[in-house]
Amino acid sequence: MPSLKDLRNRIASVKATQKITKAMQMVAAAKLRRAQTAAEAARPYAQRMAEVLGNLASGITVGPETPRLLAGTGSDRVHLLIVCTAERGLCGAFNSSISRLAREHATRLMAEGKTVKIICVGKKGYDILRRQFSQQIIEFVDLRSVRQIGFEQADMIAQKVLGLFEQGEFDVATLFYSQFRSVIAQIPTAQQIVPTQIEATGAASDAVYEYEPEEGEILETLLPRNLTVQIFRALLENAASEQGARMSAMDNATRNAGEMIKKQTMTYNRSRQAMITKELIEIISGAEAL
Amino acid sequence: MATFNFELVSPERVLFSGQVDAVILPASDGEMTVLAGHAPMMTTLKTGFLIITDTPGNGRRVLVRGGFADVNPNGLTVLAERALPAEELTQEILDREILQAEMQYDATNDPAAKHAAESAVAQLREAKAALNF
Repeated sequence: MPSLKDLRNRIASVKATQKITKAMQMVAAAKLRRAQTAAEAARPYAQRMAEVLGNLASGITVGPETPRLLAGTGSDRVHLLIVCTAERGLCGAFNSSISRLAREHATRLMAEGKTVKIICVGKKGYDILRRQFSQQIIEFVDLRSVRQIGFEQADMIAQKVLGLFEQGEFDVATLFYSQFRSVIAQIPTAQQIVPTQIEATGAASDAVYEYEPEEGEILETLLPRNLTVQIFRALLENAASEQGARMSAMDNATRNAGEMIKKQTMTYNRSRQAMITKELIEIISGAEAL
Repeated sequence: MATFNFELVSPERVLFSGQVDAVILPASDGEMTVLAGHAPMMTTLKTGFLIITDTPGNGRRVLVRGGFADVNPNGLTVLAERALPAEELTQEILDREILQAEMQYDATNDPAAKHAAESAVAQLREAKAALNF
């Protein structure tokens, strides 16, 4: 049986923890709003980009002149996985669920005899994947100093990926991130970005397009651009998901702490009363004995 | 005057969406005006002012730095790499953009890219002069 002092200390420490988790929850809620607006503001661009690309790609036939970003290298021997996670922990299963998806993907590819290369964006995913795939990780992008994710960060990552592609370092690239559905639902997603996947636009206009400059030239600038946009979108979705996950994790933690305080206070009061009763009995029985 | 649907989006936000009379684009092969009923067309953009005429005699200027314009039967969509409305421009922003373009010019060895960066610097200088900074 712990002493009353021990119990008091324990309650105080849980209360302190609860204060911290509560504060973190509120900070996450405020950040979430900002991240969510950013993610939503970026959606139209990505959507229009996909439409434009769809329009353009539906007009051309894949031939030897087609840019390799669209047509692929013709093999799928070397896979590049770009794993986007958070820089900080304490956000529930957010980091581990993205890493798990990436790990399953990597293990499956390796079992098929393919070469796997990994680029980690975000420290947490790097920490998790490093244990198993230290040979495969070729790069680690640190975004810890970045407060608000901008287009520049996405561009930097895209340039790295494009550089590797031009040197023939990989054939297929897949992006791993968490899609933001709502505060309680974040869906870890794998999205193939190289070769570019074109969503077939249902209403493919049969109108003849004019191109200025040449079709191929436009495609050549549009495709790397699209890659950057996809990465940018993934980073923003990830940022919103991270805050959402942290908010619900901290909400849970606060609630658990509340429950624990209640239970501890109950035990504390019980043992305090038991002690008083015991003392009373001692006094009464002492008086009776006289 | 017939109007058509126009959308100007940058990666960060939607800058304009609505019905307009005419839009002047800084297309990479020269400036061009898009009016209602334009033939389907796609073009790349260079650095320069995009002018939106949403009511006759009124022009809103937006500085764009590269991107794509897509004219289709549904209207005109401009995907700008960077877009800054003229009223938000300040000398510091322009100076930073010029510096960035100059750095791009220095960083590349590809003649086409070098030419693009050079004309971007010229355009930005012109913009600066036009806004009386």
